Amino acid sequence: MVDLSEIWVYLARDPLAALTATLLAWMAGLRLAALCRWHPAANPVLFAVALLAAALLLAGIDYRQYFQGAQFVHFLLGPATVALAVPLYRQWQHVRSSALAALLAVIAGGGVAAAVGVAFALALGAAPEITASLAPRSVTTPVAMGIAEQIGGLPGLTAAVVLASGVTGATLGPMTLNLMRVKDWRARGLAMGTAAHGLGTARAIAVNATAGAFSGMAMGLNALATALMLPLLWRLVFG
Amino acid sequence: MINGLTLLLLCQLCGEVLGRALHLPVPGPVIGMALLFAGLLLRDRLSDRPAEAPAAPGLGQTADTLLMHLGLLFVPAGVGVVVYLPQLARDWAPLSLAVVAGTLAGIAFTGRLAQALIRRLG
Repeated sequence: MVDLSEIWVYLARDPLAALTATLLAWMAGLRLAALCRWHPAANPVLFAVALLAAALLLAGIDYRQYFQGAQFVHFLLGPATVALAVPLYRQWQHVRSSALAALLAVIAGGGVAAAVGVAFALALGAAPEITASLAPRSVTTPVAMGIAEQIGGLPGLTAAVVLASGVTGATLGPMTLNLMRVKDWRARGLAMGTAAHGLGTARAIAVNATAGAFSGMAMGLNALATALMLPLLWRLVFG
Repeated sequence: MINGLTLLLLCQLCGEVLGRALHLPVPGPVIGMALLFAGLLLRDRLSDRPAEAPAAPGLGQTADTLLMHLGLLFVPAGVGVVVYLPQLARDWAPLSLAVVAGTLAGIAFTGRLAQALIRRLG
């Protein structure tokens, strides 16, 4: 007779199961997206997260225990961010001529994305730490968590709203851009990278190489601009 | 593949060290991205290869593989949402409205402004 509880204890403690489950959930998400013919609304990240979150809740597994295994995937976010230099370099001849326009659009657009979110949260009476967690929403996770901590938010909650913003941008962003009649691939990439960081960029890379390069650049620029300006502005307005 | 990964990690490491040493508010990987980009441009300036030549050996391939599955890398942090279910249950309305309205307003505004500026400034 095999002792099932002993196997369960091993699986719960070892990083192997969590890591495998993360990759399997991602493959399932990709399969689903392919079935939906890569429609932007069928987001593989959202599907994989929902699947894993439901599994953790059902099985009563602690998130920290899951993260012990999943951190190996999480770690690759760093080198992947560095790797964004490659599409930018490949498209540099193309990017160079509109660098000034890109810089201005990203700074103004990043400001609007943050201000509209904060205004809605204030108007609907969210708790102050919730509002502060929302402010750095549009920049990539590690930057956003650092900023949230600086201005009195909850870094973990920020990670969740950053992901939600990325998924929103990746799924509804292309439609919004069509509605606004933004046809230029450069402008579309800039918009996705500014408001929806890496997830918007992942979507942009999948659709068009030029949009992908501009999106990666916008994501980096907005991370830089937000990290430099948001803590100062926050202190001026709310401090 | 390993060549490329080593170069990426090296850039990230330099970025982390620089950021901490100079007390920059920018995270290490973003500095690493700037370093790698500057490095690639500098190498082109020093050697006169055609601009279309592949980046460093293996770097292009590694970067493409990582970026093709960029979405996967957000999954572990995203699952962390289970820890914040109580806050989400209480403040779900302002949170979801702020996220959706803020993100779409940001995309619409940036897209329109960028398109107008690119036309104007080239």
